[in-house]
Amino acid sequence: MTDIIKLTAAEIASKIASGELTAVEVTEAHLARIGAVDEKVNAFLYVDREGALAQARAVDEKRAKGEKLGPLAGVPVALKDIFTTEGIPTTVGSKILEGWIPPYDATVTKKLKAADVVILGKTNMDEFAMGSSTENSAYGPTGNPWDLTRIPGGSGGGSAAALAAYEAPLTLGTDTGGSIRQPAAVTGTVGVKPTYGGVSRYGMVAFSSSLDQGGPCARTVLDAALLHEAIAGHDELDSTSIDAPVPPVVEAARNGSVQGMRVGVVKQFRGEGYQAGVVQRFDESVELLKSLGAEIVELDCPTFDLALSAYYLIAPSECSSNLARFDAMRYGLRVGDDGTKSAEDVTALTREAGFGDEVKRRIILGTYALSSGYYDAYYGSAQKVRTLITREFEAAFEQVDVIVSPTTPTTAFPIGERADDPMAMYLADLCTIPTNLAGNSAMSLPCGLAPEDGLPVGLQIIAPAMKDDRLYKVGAAVEAAFVEKWGHPLLEEAPSL
Amino acid sequence: MTVTTDLVSYEDALATYDPVMGLEVHVELGTKTKMFCGCSTTLKQGANSQTCPTCLGLPGALPVVNEIGVESAIKIGLALHCEIAEWCRFARKNYFYPDMPKNFQTSQYDEPIAFNGYLDVQLEDGEVFRVEIERAHMEEDTGKSTHVGGATGRIHGASHSLLDYNRAGIPLIEIVTKPIEGAGERAPEVAKAYVAELRELIKALDVSEARMDKGQMRCDVNLSLRPKGQKEFGTRSETKNVNSLRSVERAARFEIQRHAAVLNSGGTIIQETRHFHEEDGSTTSGRIKDNAEDYRYFPEPDLVPVAPSREWVEELRAGLPELPRVRRNRLREEWGISEHDMQSILNADAIGPIVATVNAGADAASARKWWMGELARHANEQGVELGALPITPEHVARVAELVAKGDLNDKLARQVIEGVLKGEGTPDEVVEKRGLKVVSDEGALTAAVDEAIAGNAAIADKIRGGKVAAVGALVGAVMKATRGQADAARVKELILEKLGVSEG
Repeated sequence: MTDIIKLTAAEIASKIASGELTAVEVTEAHLARIGAVDEKVNAFLYVDREGALAQARAVDEKRAKGEKLGPLAGVPVALKDIFTTEGIPTTVGSKILEGWIPPYDATVTKKLKAADVVILGKTNMDEFAMGSSTENSAYGPTGNPWDLTRIPGGSGGGSAAALAAYEAPLTLGTDTGGSIRQPAAVTGTVGVKPTYGGVSRYGMVAFSSSLDQGGPCARTVLDAALLHEAIAGHDELDSTSIDAPVPPVVEAARNGSVQGMRVGVVKQFRGEGYQAGVVQRFDESVELLKSLGAEIVELDCPTFDLALSAYYLIAPSECSSNLARFDAMRYGLRVGDDGTKSAEDVTALTREAGFGDEVKRRIILGTYALSSGYYDAYYGSAQKVRTLITREFEAAFEQVDVIVSPTTPTTAFPIGERADDPMAMYLADLCTIPTNLAGNSAMSLPCGLAPEDGLPVGLQIIAPAMKDDRLYKVGAAVEAAFVEKWGHPLLEEAPSL
Repeated sequence: MTVTTDLVSYEDALATYDPVMGLEVHVELGTKTKMFCGCSTTLKQGANSQTCPTCLGLPGALPVVNEIGVESAIKIGLALHCEIAEWCRFARKNYFYPDMPKNFQTSQYDEPIAFNGYLDVQLEDGEVFRVEIERAHMEEDTGKSTHVGGATGRIHGASHSLLDYNRAGIPLIEIVTKPIEGAGERAPEVAKAYVAELRELIKALDVSEARMDKGQMRCDVNLSLRPKGQKEFGTRSETKNVNSLRSVERAARFEIQRHAAVLNSGGTIIQETRHFHEEDGSTTSGRIKDNAEDYRYFPEPDLVPVAPSREWVEELRAGLPELPRVRRNRLREEWGISEHDMQSILNADAIGPIVATVNAGADAASARKWWMGELARHANEQGVELGALPITPEHVARVAELVAKGDLNDKLARQVIEGVLKGEGTPDEVVEKRGLKVVSDEGALTAAVDEAIAGNAAIADKIRGGKVAAVGALVGAVMKATRGQADAARVKELILEKLGVSEG
């Protein structure tokens, strides 16, 4: 028997359904793997051993009784620690929520429970999803399983590393400026940011409400599609959730093809700051697409150059307001409540002690950008840029079916390298941010190792809003071609832990 | 800090200055659920019992707009002759306060749902004054802080504070007037009449009970003075949470006198909020409100824009009830009373009870008499609104019926009402239990009259001698003997008859 932990989610589900494996066996195998490697990787902030085994037993009982099982029944999933889980701590990677046990489940959590998946626990992340390296977690950095001295990307570094380290076959992430895709790229895994409004945000702790989007992380395109389908759909509790059928992502993932598709390559997504090996693998991917029958179209999207600046006004502005609720009054950390201080002082002391530097930096930035007298120049202008970028995407999608680019300009950098240089850190999201601003969908999947450092490179595929299925159609075709070319999935080349 | 309470007389203030007012009224809507979540709005359970992740502002929770809240806002806008936005958004008003769960209030900023309207208000002498409406917008209420250990329930000196979020998220409509100019000496009266008229309107629309005593309707009075003839406005003060019609008038009046005193002495008015004190009608300084206060408004990204279809708006317009002023004029004619009487009824918030009492069978005159007399007195003594008295219009109609039939006289009727208010039961039950019936048995009455004459021979002689006015003393004696249960007019007739005197 092959090692359980190396199985894909689709394989696990089918083996459980056929009785070849029990959900308890699968869960125990993953819990054992977490026990063996997570001390090194630090992908998990919380492992719900008892809860996971109880869920697994319930699935096995259901099967024994002949009850109908969902397509992911018994498959272990780990959630980024930004989704609320009733009865299980949710920290958002921050000291300010240390010890908070949510009294309610996020819609996504509810959907997963209803789908009979086994929730293994919560994964590490940059505090409040602010960062591109997971170094901003208040609970220590996560290591990249390809090289533990390097970052696994961020903010969802825990979810990506857990996949690459075979601690879970599926994980959940959130993507505000690239937090699913960039970690997927640097860990050699697959990550999808669905169309904004495609997956409910209810119970997903807000960083930047108009940009945040939950999505699936997996080791294969099909697995991502299965998880995507399980979590997507309209939610009455989220006013911004789209009331329309979920795009047929699983069907698309099972029928990969780029034959006759028009694929756009954006001029702005290369040049200074892009690592040579990343560009090389990207160019090869474009050639591969051509060889698979796609037509390549060059695109010029000059407003994309403004995306990073607009993002760093909009996201901090919204975060300055979203994070105001952490005031020590109702939940989480409380500092200085010794009976001599005012509520105002306790709030200030708690926020001083509870938030990390990057979070504070963005709150200050956002508070400033929204201030009267500056609003028009900053927040207002950024929103205009956002509109222009959205229009440029719309115009581009009149010429092409999907757009491709490198996911992030470089491979995984060493832990600590950019920690004191926020601008360098922000550049990691250069190619991913425009999609968040426009609200359309995008995927990152592995396209090889950079020759100079032997680390994974990600290929980003971008599709129009609510055409998420195109990501999977193209992604599945590219994945199949690469696996055939390499003779095995890219992750097989990762060193064993 | 020196407290300046020197005031200029009202007449002197108005001789020099011209007041400009702005009134901001918050109305708590009577929706079943809160503005952005499904929690009940019926505040009768324990602290924090009516809360959920959304109205507690828990991490991850999101708001969803209450459609009835939007509908109510549109109705109010239409009744105020406003334009209704085709597309508008909610906005976050950011500031920290422990009773505000998210530390921002979900409100509306530069895109209110209703704008540019007016409300015609009628003053006591019948003059109609048009108050222009700037906007009406939707927002949510905050929770409630209770400061414990301080002297006055204020935060100053308190040892700790308790927070109750049951009220957090209750829908509010804020209605803001344009600057009210040209009211002159009648400014306080206009302010009061405006709030009264608005209250009637809200009630007629059935979107809120608009009970000021319960905080369902709260008024902030902005006031400034400018020298007569000057165009530019002076610096304003903002007197917060003035919670009765009388207080609105008093607050405006006080501020006119206070501003005048400050200006006359060469001082400048500080832009600040002020607290109103019911006890003496004064205001005191609250917090300085200069332009440094910055709420960092921005469009609420968790909510989609509100875009009421024109069909819906027209449907709501067509369904508007008869507006209060129109209704009042109709009732005034039906009841045959003066503008002034109608105004008093409005001020006492008695229109509804009177109409209901008439509907229950009473004639308008007696319904009016009881509500505006005896019941208004009780309400006043207890410091509650008329509608809050524990008596129904049906009860009042029954009392009126008993009086009309001669079963009760006014004095007995007042005792019956008192009994009902004390919870002794229906009017009939009170009559029964207290044994309150007019003594109409002529035999018993005649005996009491004879007894009174015999016992007060000197007075009887006076009356015989022509001092008819002295009959009161004998009537009093009879009433005392019958424990008030006689018809005083009939007693007087009997006495005069017995003594052989005629009233002329």
